[in-house]
Amino acid sequence: MHAAQAPRHRRSLARQDAAIGYLFVAPQMIGFFLFVLGPILAVFVFSTQHRDLLTGVVEPAGLANFQTMLQTDRTFPRVLANSLAFTVWLVPLNLCLALLLAFLLTRKLRGMIFFRTLFFAPVITSTVAWVIVWRFLLQGDQGINQFLEGVGIQGPNWLREPNWAMASVIVTRVLKTVGLNMIIFMSALQNIPREYDEAASVDGANGWQIFFRITLPQLAPTILVVMVLTVIGSLQVFDHILLMTNGGPANATSVLIFYIWFQAFRVFDMGYASALAVVLFFIVLTATVIQWVLRQRFIYNER
Amino acid sequence: MNANMISSTHLREERSLMGQISLFIAKHKNKLLLYLLLSALSIPFLFPFWWMFTSAFKPANDIFAYPLTLLPQTWRLENFAEVFAFQPFARHYFNSLYIAVLVTIGTLIVSSLSGYAFARIRFPGSNLLFLLLLSALMMPTEVTIIPNFTFMQALGLIDTHIPLIILPILGANGVVGTFLMRQYFLGIPIDLEEAGFLDGMTRWGVFWRIALPIARPALVAVTILTFLYSWNSFLEPLVFINNNDLYTLPLSLRSITDEYGQSLWNIQLAATVLTVLPVLLIYAVAQRQVVESFALSGTKG
Repeated sequence: MHAAQAPRHRRSLARQDAAIGYLFVAPQMIGFFLFVLGPILAVFVFSTQHRDLLTGVVEPAGLANFQTMLQTDRTFPRVLANSLAFTVWLVPLNLCLALLLAFLLTRKLRGMIFFRTLFFAPVITSTVAWVIVWRFLLQGDQGINQFLEGVGIQGPNWLREPNWAMASVIVTRVLKTVGLNMIIFMSALQNIPREYDEAASVDGANGWQIFFRITLPQLAPTILVVMVLTVIGSLQVFDHILLMTNGGPANATSVLIFYIWFQAFRVFDMGYASALAVVLFFIVLTATVIQWVLRQRFIYNER
Repeated sequence: MNANMISSTHLREERSLMGQISLFIAKHKNKLLLYLLLSALSIPFLFPFWWMFTSAFKPANDIFAYPLTLLPQTWRLENFAEVFAFQPFARHYFNSLYIAVLVTIGTLIVSSLSGYAFARIRFPGSNLLFLLLLSALMMPTEVTIIPNFTFMQALGLIDTHIPLIILPILGANGVVGTFLMRQYFLGIPIDLEEAGFLDGMTRWGVFWRIALPIARPALVAVTILTFLYSWNSFLEPLVFINNNDLYTLPLSLRSITDEYGQSLWNIQLAATVLTVLPVLLIYAVAQRQVVESFALSGTKG
């Protein structure tokens, strides 16, 4: 009798446990469906509508928003080009600087903690604060340009000239976030076994050879993941641009994410903004899939 | 002979002193170069903070002084008083603080519950649900903010703090928390929990009395990440809040301008210092935990 009851008892316990599992994940999953998955689906629906934020009028629009995007909106190609330029400059700059800093800071020397603390500090500082300071330092006759004048260089009016404005946004953004990639690289570097380095230096390899032949290949999977995360992150830089240049001068720093916000909450064209958001969705999705595929391949290679 | 000897000893000594210096330089050349390079690299990180903190004490005109001054000529403490006179800054401060606290508490509850369930409890569909959650990490908040705005508008929640509290708990930030909690729970030896069950504890008891106390480091990480996320968040307040009384600090800082939209630099910087200071102080005290929290969240992405 006991023997017959035990499995049934265990089964009902397992069922009870599963019920608790659902209960535990319920708040998160309900929130996820309401505020993340639902809205992602809704963006697709919105993108086929004319939606005026001010009047509240909603009309079906078919593919009109996408037609506007591809045919009549002269700003859209500019915005895409800006986004591309932003990412193409920001990612390598960020990664190289992060790698360099991580490489320097993993030396076991005094004061490294101080430098790590300093390089990481902008990461936890609010973007508004960081940008307020840099906006001042990048004014025509202030800050940076006073330093440059000291060494005999006439600096440009950084935030008022299209190319320099883009460069300013990129560089100040790199300074703001490079600390995050730096610490990720640092922990990856610390996990690399030292024996290889030592063996190589016994064999007469110099510092550069060790770095390029031994350290870098072992870091490759981390670099790859960090790179894709930085690409995706670079597509989401909104507040920095809004606060620093407001997309200007003459749309020179208006990237896709900024343009979405601008169309939705300044032009009040929610339908068109949703169509732009659909484009962003597919760009991010592509980046994610590329990362996933590359990651699989790398992990396969490792084994 | 004697003199010769002295001079040669002298010479030898001198040579050895010079030698010591050059030896020191040769021996530490790499180290010195390293410190030099790091110091040069730290200027664009250090200077903005230096300028922010010192200029917050300068009179408006001194901020524009030519050449730029590294320290205030006169320390003007009134800047800080004017921050509170210019707009309801104390209220903005309180708004930011209480929202960040609520978001943090909410995220801790939601993330530890679902992180634990995904790590330890077997239930049909758990893998699928977890994968779905992960996909949320990749989607920018900006993609979902338009429908969320419409949604909140329909519920009459524009110009309330409710969206600023709910969205981070249940959106991508909360998912990061769940992910961290799950990773940590997976690392706890299962024997500990089985011993709890043998002692007649329920699932809740095992979670609450055994697993959660061990997961303290993960809870600390989620607390740090979430608090900072909320404290520094800009897009959500910008979109959902119009009423000045309901502003959070980032909006408040941005609105310290004159009637032409030009920054009132000294007041704005004093307000910026007041905003950044608590975060930097906590960072100074607990920098290891802060850095490790970010390292965890970064590598898990």
